[in-house]
Amino acid sequence: MALNLGCTAKPGKSRENKTGSWRVFKPEFIHDKCTQCGMCIIVCPEGCISLNEEEYPVPDYDYCKGCGLCAEECPADAIEMKKEEK
Amino acid sequence: MMEIMEGSHAVARAVTLCRPQVIAAYPITPQTHIVEALAEIVANCELDADYITVESEFSALSACLGASAAGSRVYSATTSQGLALMFEVCYNVAGMRFPVVMSIVNRAMGAPLSIWNDHQDSISLRDSGWMQFYAEDNQEATDLHYVAYKVAENHRVLLPSLVCFDGYIISHTYEPVDMLTQEQADSYLPPFKPYHRLDADDPISFGLFASPDYYQEFRYENDQAMRRAHEIIATCGREFGEMFGRDYSGLVEPYRLEDADTAIVAMGSLCGTVKDAIDELRDAGKKVGLLKIRTFRPFPAEEIVKFLSGVSRVAVLDKNISLGSKGAACLEVKDALYGSQIPVLGYVLALGGRDVRKKDIAAIVDNAEKGIGDIFYGLREELLK
Repeated sequence: MALNLGCTAKPGKSRENKTGSWRVFKPEFIHDKCTQCGMCIIVCPEGCISLNEEEYPVPDYDYCKGCGLCAEECPADAIEMKKEEK
Repeated sequence: MMEIMEGSHAVARAVTLCRPQVIAAYPITPQTHIVEALAEIVANCELDADYITVESEFSALSACLGASAAGSRVYSATTSQGLALMFEVCYNVAGMRFPVVMSIVNRAMGAPLSIWNDHQDSISLRDSGWMQFYAEDNQEATDLHYVAYKVAENHRVLLPSLVCFDGYIISHTYEPVDMLTQEQADSYLPPFKPYHRLDADDPISFGLFASPDYYQEFRYENDQAMRRAHEIIATCGREFGEMFGRDYSGLVEPYRLEDADTAIVAMGSLCGTVKDAIDELRDAGKKVGLLKIRTFRPFPAEEIVKFLSGVSRVAVLDKNISLGSKGAACLEVKDALYGSQIPVLGYVLALGGRDVRKKDIAAIVDNAEKGIGDIFYGLREELLK
């Protein structure tokens, strides 16, 4: 990549640039305990939690940085932070 | 046309003729009459610009950064503590390569609180990637704004620019100023053509994240642009001279340097006093000359060597001090003359607005001849017991 004057970039760079590799802790979603309240989707600073076909929340681990906000806020304790195994 | 004008008002008028589209400033103490005058000029519809009243200097320069990113010619002015509050944004403006022009009315940095002149404020931005011009009088302070915009906006440079002039000594002093007409200003300074800009139809982000694999190359590119600016300043300064009779092609300006034994190096309004002192010293048979540094960044090292290689000693006057080291210009001149065997003696003086008179210059020349240098000149020893 040649340098762009002023360190500029066109839109779409985050699709090429996966940022989930920084993660130390990984949220695990336990759908048996989940009440589908949607709180995790609201609080995720990355905006990387979405609903699957059964309308349960699933994270996009390509971008999840493991901040743990979803687990902290989950009223049903349905998200557990596990040490990332690499 | 010649007019008797206060330095700040003359600069405000020159800035008006440069047709900035966005002006942002904050009226903290100390601010100057520049932005006060510009506010009136915009309110009177004499300049078609957006005048943004912000809540701090940090916001003032941030607004300028954003407006420059959107493709506007922008302007701000500040001084001492206000400039310090802009510090973070200054590096961002330079790194994103926005040709912002800002006037610095040079004042001392607190604490202790001082509103008087020295060069510590702008010198503290030495490494940020802003060009730095220093004016000797009202005329030069006025003219350098046209040159600064033209150099900054050149696509081979694209760096922001500080036009620095001494607080009170220039900013509040009335002198005759030859003001350009709008037609003359327009013929010298064409409308700003941004290299790239924020555009909703063709989105772009500026100043993004650079990992260790890339960051160093961005600083290298900034350094290269600053080095290219050397030649562009000469070209734009010469063009100004050809059009209006006042030549700014030199990043330095010699005064009675031919055959000089002692060369004084100085910046800003101090040069006027030095020139008068030199005339008297020459009448008394002392071969003394001046090399005025007009452009501190990029630093004119080649010119320093060219003009000073024949002298017996160099006395550098600095209205700033890098505590624990030396004055900024002294360090640069020593570096430029390294290996030449010419003694370079530094004198830190006039801090916090202490007056420098012709007899002080004569005393400094005496000191230099005796090899006494790298000192604070004019310390009141009775206060230090």
